Amino acid sequence: MSVLVAAPRPPAELLVRGARVLDPRTGLDGNHDVLVRDGEIAAIGAPGTLEAPPDAQTVEAAGKHLFAAFVDPHVHLRTPGQEHKEDLETGTRAAAAGGYCAVVAMPNTDPVLDAPGVLRGLLEQARLDARVPIGVFGAISEGLAGERLTEMAGMREAGALGFTDDGKPVVSAGLLRRALRYQRMCGGVIALHEEDPALSGAGVMHEGIVSTRIGLEGVPSISESTMIARDALIAEHERARVHFQHLSARGSVEALAAARARGANVSGEVTPHHLLLTDEHVRSLDTSLKVNPPLRTEDDRQALIEALRDGTIECIATDHAPHAREEKDVPFEQAPSGSTGLESAFAALHTQLVLPGILTLAVLLERLTAGARLLGLPVPAVEVGAPANLCLIDLDARWRIGESGYESRSANCALAGLEVSGRVLLTLADGVVAYRERAFALSAA
Amino acid sequence: MRHLLSIEDLDRDAIERILALATNFAEVADRPIKKVPSLRGRLVINLFYEASTRTRSSFELAAKRLSADVLNLVSSGSSVEKGESLRDTVATLSAYGPDAIVIRSPHAGAPAMVAGWTSASVVNAGDGKHQHPTQALLDCFTLRRRLGTLDGAKIWIVGDVAHSRVARSCIQAFTKLGAHVTVAGPPTLVPDEFASLGATVRHSLDGMREADAVYALRMQLERMSDAAVPSLREYTNNFRIDARRLGPRQLVMHPGPVNRGIELSGEVIDSSASLIGEQVAAGLVVRMAVLYEVLAAPASDSASGTQPQPA
Repeated sequence: MSVLVAAPRPPAELLVRGARVLDPRTGLDGNHDVLVRDGEIAAIGAPGTLEAPPDAQTVEAAGKHLFAAFVDPHVHLRTPGQEHKEDLETGTRAAAAGGYCAVVAMPNTDPVLDAPGVLRGLLEQARLDARVPIGVFGAISEGLAGERLTEMAGMREAGALGFTDDGKPVVSAGLLRRALRYQRMCGGVIALHEEDPALSGAGVMHEGIVSTRIGLEGVPSISESTMIARDALIAEHERARVHFQHLSARGSVEALAAARARGANVSGEVTPHHLLLTDEHVRSLDTSLKVNPPLRTEDDRQALIEALRDGTIECIATDHAPHAREEKDVPFEQAPSGSTGLESAFAALHTQLVLPGILTLAVLLERLTAGARLLGLPVPAVEVGAPANLCLIDLDARWRIGESGYESRSANCALAGLEVSGRVLLTLADGVVAYRERAFALSAA
Repeated sequence: MRHLLSIEDLDRDAIERILALATNFAEVADRPIKKVPSLRGRLVINLFYEASTRTRSSFELAAKRLSADVLNLVSSGSSVEKGESLRDTVATLSAYGPDAIVIRSPHAGAPAMVAGWTSASVVNAGDGKHQHPTQALLDCFTLRRRLGTLDGAKIWIVGDVAHSRVARSCIQAFTKLGAHVTVAGPPTLVPDEFASLGATVRHSLDGMREADAVYALRMQLERMSDAAVPSLREYTNNFRIDARRLGPRQLVMHPGPVNRGIELSGEVIDSSASLIGEQVAAGLVVRMAVLYEVLAAPASDSASGTQPQPA
């Protein structure tokens, strides 16, 4: 039983008037009125043709864009146990502010989500605190120690969408094989953080010219690509379903493409920071840029963009990884890895990839929602009868990432300071108004 | 120049200016009274998070020769052992109103972070494997005294280049003064990426006879567990600098402390080719020059590390 859970709130009654509606899946591309009744899309009509019922609010949205809201298959909500970094309320608030209608939390919490009870506890908490629906992944190995399989079937029953040891690789091929066999019984995607610790060593950034110059230990690209190649072969052998998390290198893209060409049931994701930044940026030793896998070269970045465009990489995941200020305010080598990303993903990618013509807006929107399909969740769509998972965005609104703080509890954003174009004004998640930009008015009809 | 964080921030003029200042201080060092009042009333804090003999003692002595007050702090026995963060330690020390903080850290970039947290001038006395700019400056000073100029000089740096902040700083400093630098050692200790710093990369000592000076790096014996080389015997067979491999007029340098018999043979260390003693003496006057430059020299645009001067 796969579930998404949020705190119950009254369903939206809303008329969005005259927005440019774009949904590459349903083929909608034009100015429309969209009426939401009881949290569902009740009608889509030509501008000016729909009337707001007496109990509904009206949004004047001419010149703004209305999209199916985004789904992030990979975030860290730090609950339970690390609420000084993020909790369900702040994390899902950040998601809503970024235009997301669903996010999937990783299990590297404290305690680890490695047993049905812990997982059930988190979902109960989500029923109280989550502003947008969350799904959760259980751990593959107990305590993420890479040794013993968790009670995967029990966690599936408790609501796990899938399994991952994210933050750590499954080093043992034997353990991975066992998990993949077990998956046949209990279902759920197995998502892998790919890294060979013997090759990563004590590395803290990409191994290359910049790490050589700075004198920081490097993580070579092959640390990731060799593991993807290995695990794709194991997945093929077991006829299993595997998702590769946060690809960072050209070699990884090639390993994924080769496996797919052989017919393996594998998929991949990429983060906004790997799509937009390289190891050159790490010269500053700004610890917000310390992420795992590390930011790599321009050549790797171009390969990731190309793979996202041609669909080799199916979806964008932020790997939203909040850390407290005092944890990041230390020398680069000592800082924990991770960048926040939920609030900046769309604006940054729109500005840096869509506006210069590198990606079409339609492809970006498709990749920001495709995570749902990979996890077996319904894909948000702008169509009559669908639950209202919508985001209204002013593509022309310019701002600087971080200029007025974050909804997230943490501020460690790798893209902080970037000038962007595109501001989320309103997010509806599963029929509920999850976010409204402060200055943006909803008026009673 | 407000801070000295990295040789990368210095242009040739800035290096020349510090070397010229050091030459002046070298004359002072020959006088019977070796102290000058240049930094009287100034406070210099030495903050050392890593073991050091020569760098720490020479910074201390340099500050005293310039009549500054000196406070020495090492990580053992201080609040660092109680878990105080670097940022909070710097905030605490900054309350004393230091004019300069000299910092050595095991972590790359720590001095630059400190520079952002204090109004004092910050001098990098070694940060991880990143930079050791005063070492590179004193090596330039030492070589210039012997060779006259580094323009066109050929310098070989031999050994564990990958793990050496001295190598990184020296490649940049020697190159900026017009020398050609070759780095040599086994590929596990001398990655090809060093070519991007402007050095020629070699994996043998063939051709080392062309060098005007051979700079041996310390083999970090404590790192041998990484097995970057299979054994010390194999390393010394291939890369130890000894009389057999040196020509008559070649100079030999080493940043210290030396593993006698490993990177350099004992006879070479004790020979007239060795500049090791001169390097230590230069350390004092160059560090006087650096402290003077960041604290007392008139502001000069060309000295600003962050804004390279137009050619």
